[in-house]
Amino acid sequence: MNIQFREGTEAASHLTTKAAIADCDIHPARASRTELYPYLAKRWQHHLDVYGVHAYQGMMEGPPYPKAQPNASRRDAYPPEGGPQGSSLSFMQKQLLDPNNVQLGVLNPLNTGQGIRNHELSAALCSAINDWQIDKWTSKDKRLKASIVVGNEDGLAAAAEIRERAGDRNFVQVLLLSRNVEPLGQRRYWPIYQAAEEAGLPVGVHAFGFGGNPITPSGWPSYYIEEMVGHSQCQQSALASLVLEGVFERFPKLKMVMIEAGFGWAPSLAWRLDKVWQRLRSEVPHVKRPPSEYIREQVWWTTQPMEDPERREDLFDLIKWIGWDRLLFATDYPHWDYDEPSRVLPAGVSEANREAFYLGNARALYGIS
Amino acid sequence: MARHVIAPVGELPPGTRKFLEIDGRPIAVFNIKGEYFGLMNRCPHQGAALCEGPLIGLAQSSDPGEIEYTKLGEIIRCPWHGWEFDIRTGQSYCDPRRFRAKAYPTHVEPGAAVVKGPYVAETVTVKVESDYVVVEL
Repeated sequence: MNIQFREGTEAASHLTTKAAIADCDIHPARASRTELYPYLAKRWQHHLDVYGVHAYQGMMEGPPYPKAQPNASRRDAYPPEGGPQGSSLSFMQKQLLDPNNVQLGVLNPLNTGQGIRNHELSAALCSAINDWQIDKWTSKDKRLKASIVVGNEDGLAAAAEIRERAGDRNFVQVLLLSRNVEPLGQRRYWPIYQAAEEAGLPVGVHAFGFGGNPITPSGWPSYYIEEMVGHSQCQQSALASLVLEGVFERFPKLKMVMIEAGFGWAPSLAWRLDKVWQRLRSEVPHVKRPPSEYIREQVWWTTQPMEDPERREDLFDLIKWIGWDRLLFATDYPHWDYDEPSRVLPAGVSEANREAFYLGNARALYGIS
Repeated sequence: MARHVIAPVGELPPGTRKFLEIDGRPIAVFNIKGEYFGLMNRCPHQGAALCEGPLIGLAQSSDPGEIEYTKLGEIIRCPWHGWEFDIRTGQSYCDPRRFRAKAYPTHVEPGAAVVKGPYVAETVTVKVESDYVVVEL
């Protein structure tokens, strides 16, 4: 009889000889409400203390639906020193980066200052978040790279923030959210795309956000589970808008990353767009090519939530249309719908495709050697 | 089937759980109101440390609008994706055909039985008068 007592709570962290991967959707959190204050002018500290923030969303007390786990996060991701999940670099290293051999981790902070009705406050908070990402994360662990968070509803202010950060290799993309005041192809957002294109930075569109509209096209649903699947509908609207408003035509070097809304819907959306474009193209003469061409050339997709059909051949058919060179592996750490790197891809994938899926595509897109 | 001594009963009071590694396998043993249950501490879905999740009940519905909460304290909810398993059997409620958490029979044996048989408790001093929680795997 031989019993070893396990210490601590890090299950499976003894697995060390894993292939290097990129994780293209990591959510760093603030340990406290005032953690951003060192990066904010006194004027805005005072504003937050007195007035708080008001987003484009009614009944604004946190997210629109209660999440499935505290802070929408894994129950085993609370840092030992306290604070919310995702707020400790050392615990993130121990729980995510080291055991999974993450070579590139792209940070996508949420609840940042995007979608706030006071545009000056929005710009100040976004800039503070960007400083904080460098100070607390990317300067302390070279595997981590930040996303430039911008006040999305004020395109000019957002473009100024992008230009200020351009060339700083702590940052590898611009971050938008999928729920905005208007569909993402509209002109108010064009300065963002212009600045990103000039800076050579992809624009990531992450699920969620505060746009003031119902979170499904048919109104407010009853259940959180409907919000979860609604993310794909929202991203489809955003992508159709980007194509049909001519954003991809106007900014041909722009690269978009669809983050955390799945990718299984991409082929059918593209087929449908192509079909109606053939019949109605005179309405949008600025869309000069079949919509699917823009999508296949200018859009990348993060994997979490990974599509999980019963037949793996169905998954492979999907990816074949999208392209093995277009998927970016992501865990969504520390959120509860986290994807475990060793479990998401079925057997039967060639070594070259597997390497591209887990690491190569992300390194190429984000320019990390 | 080998029997492994987990702890003297006094070290695993009701409402507690103990994590161990037995023959390389992560195991958790629960004391729920005096009953003992053993589970493999690995979620069959994506491999999380299953037993570090909360113990909850089971929300069931015979019809939309009719909701009943049963099995309070008998359902373990995975700390990652919230998959629910019955700790008595390891049964999954979302996909019982394909997924099952490995359950191990767990019971209490008198100290005398543990010491006299081929199974020796690995405590520094075996207190023969104690009862021991034993898991079989």
